Amino acid sequence: MTPAPSIRAVPRRATTEPALVRWLLIAVALVFMALFLVIPLVAVFAQAFSKGIGYYVHTLASPNSLNSIKLTCIAAGISVPLNCIFGIAAAWAIAKFDFFGKNILTTLIDIPFCVSPVIAGFLYVLVFGRRGWLGPWCADHGFQVLFAMPGIVLATMFVTFPFVARELIPLMQSQGRSAEEAARTLGARGWQTFWRVTLPNIKWGLLYGVILCNARAIGEFGAVSVVSGHIEGANTMTLHVEALYDNYDQTGAFAVASVMTLLALMTIGLKEWVERKGTAASTKGIPS
Amino acid sequence: MSLMRQRKVLPGFRLTLGFTLLYLGLVVLVPLAAAFARLGGLTWEQFWHAVASPVTLAAYRLSFGASFFAALVNSVFGLLVAWVLVRYDFWGKRLMDALVDLPFALPTAVAGITLAALYSQNGWIGRWLSPFGMKISYTSLGVFVALTFIGLPFVVRTVQPVLEDFDFEIEEAAASLGANRFKTFFRVILPMIFPALLTGFALAFARALGEYGSVVFISSNIPFHTQIVPVLIMSKLEQFDYAGATALAVVMLAVSFALLLAINALQSWSVRHRQQL
Repeated sequence: MTPAPSIRAVPRRATTEPALVRWLLIAVALVFMALFLVIPLVAVFAQAFSKGIGYYVHTLASPNSLNSIKLTCIAAGISVPLNCIFGIAAAWAIAKFDFFGKNILTTLIDIPFCVSPVIAGFLYVLVFGRRGWLGPWCADHGFQVLFAMPGIVLATMFVTFPFVARELIPLMQSQGRSAEEAARTLGARGWQTFWRVTLPNIKWGLLYGVILCNARAIGEFGAVSVVSGHIEGANTMTLHVEALYDNYDQTGAFAVASVMTLLALMTIGLKEWVERKGTAASTKGIPS
Repeated sequence: MSLMRQRKVLPGFRLTLGFTLLYLGLVVLVPLAAAFARLGGLTWEQFWHAVASPVTLAAYRLSFGASFFAALVNSVFGLLVAWVLVRYDFWGKRLMDALVDLPFALPTAVAGITLAALYSQNGWIGRWLSPFGMKISYTSLGVFVALTFIGLPFVVRTVQPVLEDFDFEIEEAAASLGANRFKTFFRVILPMIFPALLTGFALAFARALGEYGSVVFISSNIPFHTQIVPVLIMSKLEQFDYAGATALAVVMLAVSFALLLAINALQSWSVRHRQQL
């Protein structure tokens, strides 16, 4: 009788691949990642410092650059808190109550994700333009929305609209309502229940949504490009990058871009931290 | 009945739903309605000229074509990256995992100027390709490269959790029944992750279709050749052709809504598929 050779001929586990295949797959994945992620990341900084540190500092310290940083902070500073409040309110209504049309509402909240930024900006041009619904009223009251700061804020609000709600709705749905009901039964008032029971439970999910929302608010380009007047000194950071680039100041454009890249890296770092802090199940969802 | 009971226990239903509807209406629905209202003021000729003229058809072809191939490349490599991140251990794995999100976090304009510089004729990558007569920046290939960058995280992040939850017993069963790894992957693993893979593809495709910031820098934006639909809308706006821009925007909005519904359906299929495992 021959011993069963096939069993001993397979030294590795049956549920993995030969080492050669493993290393080949890892190598291909790494090359792909290097080509699309690592090299561009390095290139931003190489280009930004290609004319030396003096030019870099000079570009960033120019009034237009500083102003663009200020405008970006204002746009994000208004749109992120508003969308945050909206996200909490929407998640509370959707997760804690049953009502007719809930699925439709959830789908409607997702709309800004699928709308092209250019079209998003254009929608506001239609509303606030001279022939739009609110355009004449704004003109009569000396309130300029388009080609000015309010338009930029509104466009940013539109494109970052779903981020917090999208994180909180599934999280709060999975948590159910028993904790809040218990708090109420024990005599807590409505706001007390929210601050003491709900908020501690959702804080990591909320922070995660805020981080994503903020990154998008800072980085939005297409929508603000449509509603902004492309006026020198009234640009957000992304518009300032474009203006410098179009004026053949490539190094200057990359200098401003490098600041935004650092912000992006900080966003990724914070996101990793929050993911590790928060429960893995609720935070590592599908990104958008 | 149950609604009454819950309302009594938990407060804030009217307040939160009211605010949600008001804010949604003001920020999203009113502007959307404005586009459809404006469409009503167009004549049929204006509409048809905007959405079916030869230059628009060329823009559709490039937008849909480049988005499709970018999403396809992302499906293959996204699956590979997700697989490698979940299944294998190697140095720098956590850094790589974190870096996958870079296209989400990096402003599209920054991605655009960076890719344009890299793939231009004397760029770090472009200089190795130009001896072979391959030009990427300022061509339709550049559009494809930018859209691939933009869509990179979608497939990885949809497939990754499914692979993480994957039950090894199924693979062991396949192996003990005599299937080799190749067969196990294509006959057992791939069918199970397919809904997630398709969802990732659809998300990447939808994102690529609307993309503007990165493409406008790497493409030369020449009508008929390298102009995508969002750039065409932008150029109509710059010429104050609001009628044409409205018509085109409404067509693209309809496509986006269809994709959104398809993605929702795919996601619920994906969830049900996972629960059945």
